[in-house]
Amino acid sequence: MKQLFRNIRGFIELPKKLRQRGILGMNQRNHSYIGRYNDRSKYPLVDDKLKTKQIAQQAGATVPELIGVIESQVHVKEIHDLVADWPGFVIKPAQGSGGKGILVITSHQDGRYTKPSGAEVSREDVERHITNTLAGLFSLGGKNDVAVVENLIEFDDSFADFSYEGVPDIRVIVFHGYPVMAMMRCSTASSDGKANLHQGAVGVGLDIATGKAVRAVQFDHPVSHHPDTQRPLDQLVIPDWEQLLVLAASAWEMTGLGYIGTDMVLDKSRGPMVLELNARPGLAIQTANGTGLLPRLQKIEALKQQGISHNTPEERVAVSRELFAS
Amino acid sequence: MINRLPFYLFVAALVLVGVALSLYRHSVYGVPWFPGEQREQWEIEARIEFTANGDPAKVAMAIPNDQQNFILTDESSSSQGYGVAILEQKEQRKAEWSIRSAEGQQLIYYKARFLADADAQYQIRPPSKPRPQYLEDVRQTAALSMLQDAMKRSADNPTLARELIRQLNDVQNQNAALLLNSMNREDALVSLLSMEAVPARTVATLMLEDGRRRQSVQPWVQVWDEQKEQWQLFNPRTGAEGKPDNLLIWSLDYQSLLDVIGGRQSDVSFSMIAQDISPETATREKIEANDLLNFSIHSLPVEEQAMFKTIMLIPVGALLVVFLRIIVGLKTSGTFMPVLIAVAFVQTELVPGIIGFLLIVGTGLMIRSYLSRLNLLLVARISAVIIAVIMIISVFTVVAYRVGLLEGLSITFFPMIILSWTIERMSILWEEEGAKEVFVQGGGSLLTAVLVYLAMTSELVRHLTFNFVGLQLIILALILLLGNYTGYRLSELRRFRHLAQD
Repeated sequence: MKQLFRNIRGFIELPKKLRQRGILGMNQRNHSYIGRYNDRSKYPLVDDKLKTKQIAQQAGATVPELIGVIESQVHVKEIHDLVADWPGFVIKPAQGSGGKGILVITSHQDGRYTKPSGAEVSREDVERHITNTLAGLFSLGGKNDVAVVENLIEFDDSFADFSYEGVPDIRVIVFHGYPVMAMMRCSTASSDGKANLHQGAVGVGLDIATGKAVRAVQFDHPVSHHPDTQRPLDQLVIPDWEQLLVLAASAWEMTGLGYIGTDMVLDKSRGPMVLELNARPGLAIQTANGTGLLPRLQKIEALKQQGISHNTPEERVAVSRELFAS
Repeated sequence: MINRLPFYLFVAALVLVGVALSLYRHSVYGVPWFPGEQREQWEIEARIEFTANGDPAKVAMAIPNDQQNFILTDESSSSQGYGVAILEQKEQRKAEWSIRSAEGQQLIYYKARFLADADAQYQIRPPSKPRPQYLEDVRQTAALSMLQDAMKRSADNPTLARELIRQLNDVQNQNAALLLNSMNREDALVSLLSMEAVPARTVATLMLEDGRRRQSVQPWVQVWDEQKEQWQLFNPRTGAEGKPDNLLIWSLDYQSLLDVIGGRQSDVSFSMIAQDISPETATREKIEANDLLNFSIHSLPVEEQAMFKTIMLIPVGALLVVFLRIIVGLKTSGTFMPVLIAVAFVQTELVPGIIGFLLIVGTGLMIRSYLSRLNLLLVARISAVIIAVIMIISVFTVVAYRVGLLEGLSITFFPMIILSWTIERMSILWEEEGAKEVFVQGGGSLLTAVLVYLAMTSELVRHLTFNFVGLQLIILALILLLGNYTGYRLSELRRFRHLAQD
């Protein structure tokens, strides 16, 4: 009885506690940040990966090399000639969301394509995947889509064993051009090579000042080791952290969207690259960092109100690293 | 920062206007806040059942007309595969259903809606003098003796009838006992009156009581009153005189209520519901007084009003959905799909509705998983799912009908296109996120639909939304305010509960 009473009391006090810790909720994200700072007319820039690529390149950002685009059914069979000279490649729907419909091929020979797991797929399988992509199976609202073929990213050695069968990507929330919170998403066996936290990927919160791991969670519960490779997650340090944050911060210049999630990868040879931009970034980053977004967002809003502005990504990154060191 | 003041002023204005309109309707038009006891509209449904022989079948049923205290406002019939016609024969209206070939158990519904109205206008045709009926010797003598006695004690037709009924109900009266040995009371009364050339007839009546089902008609006797030039109604069993307010004359001829050719074991039963529409009646009179503020939906014909009764409930459903999503954080498949499903539930009743929904979506998902393997283009795939849904509905309807589950027939009320999209979306969800997410969202949708259904069928909610249009403004204001809510959703309290510990 006493226990029940304590539980009920704990539940009633939850909102107060969460607010004290500055946890951003879905309603507030939609109303006070996305709805207020993201101009809907700019959404197409980030909802279409081809356009994102273009604006990122114009802004001087590094992006995965484009091998080609397949726009209609009649060109589907050309995929084999297209990738002939590339050892590995990735096929993505231009308007896919949440990592849906991404086919990764690490090597191929004589019409046999190999996936990261070692499984082989046939020419027909690859063609069918592209047909599905064109029909809109993976895109928002089932709209017709195009298939983007990109060079395979070879992720940096420092990430070895932090991810299982998938490229670990780094998500940075950028508010008015200031990076406010970051995490790395490492795929696991239970997330099936995908980097989505709600599907079981491990989220590692990163210190904005140093790029070092602060905390890691899987399914909202703290973890200390990667569940598949057993690598201790607190050893994670992102190399080229400054460069990566600058790249993330430049998303503000690229899109003009006030509240944005920048997804990046570190390539072995080419350094940090922008994978995609997200105008509706999720809230799981707070769980990974064990802290709320609100105080950080409010600090930036306070800067704005005082009329302080920093015009280059480098300046803003410097400000963020000072403000948000953990 | 946008100035929110105008917004809150606007919301406050909405609430004020809403409250003012409601108060106005309450005080000026006398519309009660709660569904009242005064019930003035009746919906009566006749359910005709028979076993068809497999030949052409023809069903004729007498149907009611305007009469003292009741005005027929609407009638409809539902009978699968039957042709239907309404025939006006002199005073008696008849509905006739026909079909070229029918076999097995048949069901025909006829529904009439009556508005109780003390000033109802209706036609009266003066009857011709009846030919006197003759009974065989002993009974004829008994009848004449009763008549002789009754004539002495009466002044006109109604009083004569009253006296005769008194005699018929007198257990001591041997003449009456003799007559009632071979004929029933109402026939005896009509025969007796015919001997004095007094027009009288046995009519089929229904005593209207709210929510009664499986009722059958009762014989009453109408006697022509020459002075008043109208029919006077008698209950031959009690001698009660005059028409009770809740007595409806269904047919002017008790004998030929129902005629079925091409079938056997025919039967007709009646169910009735009262609707509290006293506010409308009140309003209608006021409209005639030409009030400017009365461009309300209550000035529409009853049929359209009935439609608005449902339409006016949809904002309540929307409010619930907004609440469940913004405050609770329930996941549903398609934002307002649950509201449409709830509207279908209103037609099908809850339990058959839920079973029907699960059957359609479950079977649809199985068919869709096969289509998924065929690798079709999207539009073709959805179209195929729509056709599959229609076929599922047809098969279930036929099966339900064959096994005698008449509730199963209502499955056709489900919105097919919406269901097809639901199946499509859930199927994609299944492939991408796994079965768990399908059950989470499907369960969320169903829960929302049930809650919306419960709100929509609540007597109080129906009364308030339909009679107080001002409430719609208040609902709008509430929705606008909820659109401003930036607090945590209940589901987020669970999601982030670990962050509150540490």
